[in-house]
Amino acid sequence: MSANISAILYLISGVLFILALRGLSSPETSRKGNLFGIIGMVIAITVTFLSVGNFSSGFIYVLIFLAIGGGIGAFIAYRIPMTAMPELVAGFHSLVGLAAVFVAISAFIKPEAFGLGTSGNIKLASLIEMAIGAAVGAITFSGSVIAFLKLQGIMSGVPITFKGQHALNALILVSIIVLTFYLCSTQSASLFWVLIAVSFLIGFLIIIPIGGADMPVVISMLNSYSGWAAAGIGFTLENTALIITGALVGSSGAILSYIMCKGMNRSFFNVILGGFGATEQQSDGDKNKEQRPVKNGNADDAAFLMKNASSVIIVPGYGMAVAQAQHALREMVDTLKKLDIKVSYAIHPVAGRMPGHMNVLLAEANVPYDEVFELEEINNDFANADVAYVIGANDVTNPVAKTDPQSPIYGMPVLDVEKCKSVLFVKRSLSPGYAGIDNDLFYKENTLMLFGDAKKMTEEIIKNLGS
Amino acid sequence: MEVDPFIFRLSIFILSIFIGYYVVWSVTPSLHTPLMSVTNAISSVIIVGAIIAALSGSDGVIFSSSSIFGFLAIVLAAINIFGGFLVTQRMLAMYKKKKKDKY
Repeated sequence: MSANISAILYLISGVLFILALRGLSSPETSRKGNLFGIIGMVIAITVTFLSVGNFSSGFIYVLIFLAIGGGIGAFIAYRIPMTAMPELVAGFHSLVGLAAVFVAISAFIKPEAFGLGTSGNIKLASLIEMAIGAAVGAITFSGSVIAFLKLQGIMSGVPITFKGQHALNALILVSIIVLTFYLCSTQSASLFWVLIAVSFLIGFLIIIPIGGADMPVVISMLNSYSGWAAAGIGFTLENTALIITGALVGSSGAILSYIMCKGMNRSFFNVILGGFGATEQQSDGDKNKEQRPVKNGNADDAAFLMKNASSVIIVPGYGMAVAQAQHALREMVDTLKKLDIKVSYAIHPVAGRMPGHMNVLLAEANVPYDEVFELEEINNDFANADVAYVIGANDVTNPVAKTDPQSPIYGMPVLDVEKCKSVLFVKRSLSPGYAGIDNDLFYKENTLMLFGDAKKMTEEIIKNLGS
Repeated sequence: MEVDPFIFRLSIFILSIFIGYYVVWSVTPSLHTPLMSVTNAISSVIIVGAIIAALSGSDGVIFSSSSIFGFLAIVLAAINIFGGFLVTQRMLAMYKKKKKDKY
């Protein structure tokens, strides 16, 4: 196949990927968008087969390995529970990163196959692109692995910090640049391996100080990195589809990171430098731990309040995902609707462990998406609502963010839950949220604390609503 | 004087960043999770490089040091492509509008 024709076909597949993202502007068009993405991928792979034109026995092996990977991927996609999406996405990012590293290694060992010169005498520009692709890919890989372990609970979500951490990271980053420079002047294979090893190390070090609840930012950031890695390889291979895709994914991840940071009113650097919610704030929380009285309620009280309400707003958070309470929640809402009570859902941008996490869980539980609202859309409605049912959310409802300039979460946009006539707060215990800050909402006159497992509590409320 | 092809690729890259910027801002926040899984799937178009790498062995030698890395990369990218698109499809199928006749 002529190089020009394949270049045009790669461009078409790039355009189809743009349309795939474009489709996500509304749920109706999104399924078609996904189809565009699949077609784009099929075109890109087919064109590559045709342009390599080497249908030797090696080709059979390519198909075999493609089928093995595809089988594993399909199996995971069908088996994964929706609550585990953050882990899955982190895991997938690590694979993109590692694939980028492998392609870069292969191109370094045998540049002839890629038309990049000969071994030991690789074109300078290609070598730089290769080094960038490999380094970013390696960072994506090890960073995503750590994120995966933290999300999966294999590794504690508590930030790991030590003295001189930032200095060490800075030193390693500088060494990556120096290594790349020497790699280009010497073409030495051992430097290439050192570069990859050091990049793996820095990816690991960047993510360990970031706490579990900052994961929405981390996942988005790694999403962005995986895109830049792909783009780096795209430049090496002079492949338009890969360059376009890399740029799209890179900017997509960057925007999501920005939205998540804004949702927490923190700068990107503040998150990256990490350690939020570690020692300092926690000791702070202990200090002013004067026992303030809370109003303790049970499912019966909650059901009574809801039955007599005319509108209820549900505020879900990560705790709902942990307790797998989304289905019970939807049942409760169905019961309320039968009693002619207006119900809507309010989602904070950083609720859950990844962007849009809550929306997927509610969709899974068959909640229509037009009953689910974002922070800005619904925040004014709290003042007119009778009951707010906070299930698994905490810091995102804390009024301290609006009133106390001393608080670490001051300035963070929060849901105005306290403006509701009454607040039902489902929680396992009175312990503070991840930021280590006591939630003022617990002690308000109109708040009723429902201590217990989110799912069990919701099920009990359903029973009481029926009686 | 002729322009280096690199400049063309750089232009495509920069313009694509801008396209990505505007397209992604128009994505509704409720679909941010599918957005992440689909970007995952499409960034695995890196399989293109993996295929070239896998077929880089000389005549008769299928598994050389360079092609082994290619084959490994094919497996990783394929997991992502199939897993990414399918899980996205699974998620998107769950987003439903309110049924008017239900209540």
